[in-house]
Amino acid sequence: METEFTPITSLLGGALIGLSAVMLMATYGKIAGISGIIYRILPPVLRKESIPVGILFIFGLLLAVPFWNLFFGDIERQAVSDNYFILGVSGLLVGFGSSYGNGCTSGHGVCGLSRGSIRSLIATFSFMFTGFLTVYILRNILGL
Amino acid sequence: MKYIALLLSGIIFGVGLILSGMTNPLKVQNFLDLFGIWDPSLAFVMGGAIFVALPGFWLVRKQKKPIFNESFDLPKSKDLDFRLIFGAGVFGIGWGIGGLCPGPALTSITFFDIGIYIFVVSMLFGMLITKKIVN
Repeated sequence: METEFTPITSLLGGALIGLSAVMLMATYGKIAGISGIIYRILPPVLRKESIPVGILFIFGLLLAVPFWNLFFGDIERQAVSDNYFILGVSGLLVGFGSSYGNGCTSGHGVCGLSRGSIRSLIATFSFMFTGFLTVYILRNILGL
Repeated sequence: MKYIALLLSGIIFGVGLILSGMTNPLKVQNFLDLFGIWDPSLAFVMGGAIFVALPGFWLVRKQKKPIFNESFDLPKSKDLDFRLIFGAGVFGIGWGIGGLCPGPALTSITFFDIGIYIFVVSMLFGMLITKKIVN
């Protein structure tokens, strides 16, 4: 099913993500990479200071949906699968891959590219390529 | 104040994800459907974010230290190794299958939907596997 092309809201939403990343860098000197933030608070924790930073930032993320509902109403959401096995496999690959590759869309794709990191550029090419390929295979070869 | 800054950063990040459409897995998957019903919106999300973060980081890095911390905590590795490319590649496969990456997945917890919980718990498990392998 098609989704509406939303250049304006996507650009503005992206700008907020960028603003948040700059705030985190300015206040704590940290990269707003979500996979890294989660990874560092999972046991065994290497540095204790990661815990309050991670927990509070994540708590903020969890408040975003209620905040939005309160002021702006409903949020459009369409699941790609209601199959729990598929969602589980997808989550496992996202969790392992992003932590093993030291970053996800936010850490590499936004923060890394904004810092001019070559590693992040390569990682972004890698996950974009496999993302495109995966959806191509799912939709055109497997017909899902 | 310290804690409010963190909380606020998280809320702004989450609201940005919602506004941009990243919490809609179908929209994310359609962005990855380059040769099908392509929705280019997500390129604008990344563009908007970098448009703010690139000059923002540049300004911040001119400061001696962050406001509430002793020093900047930045990745030091410069290696373009197997781990980076393979990890990112595996992440991309999972991203394509579910239309969710870590930020939108966490933000979506407060939609209170079982599918998201299964995704998030599996994602945490995947991260623990990395911890096991790396340490």
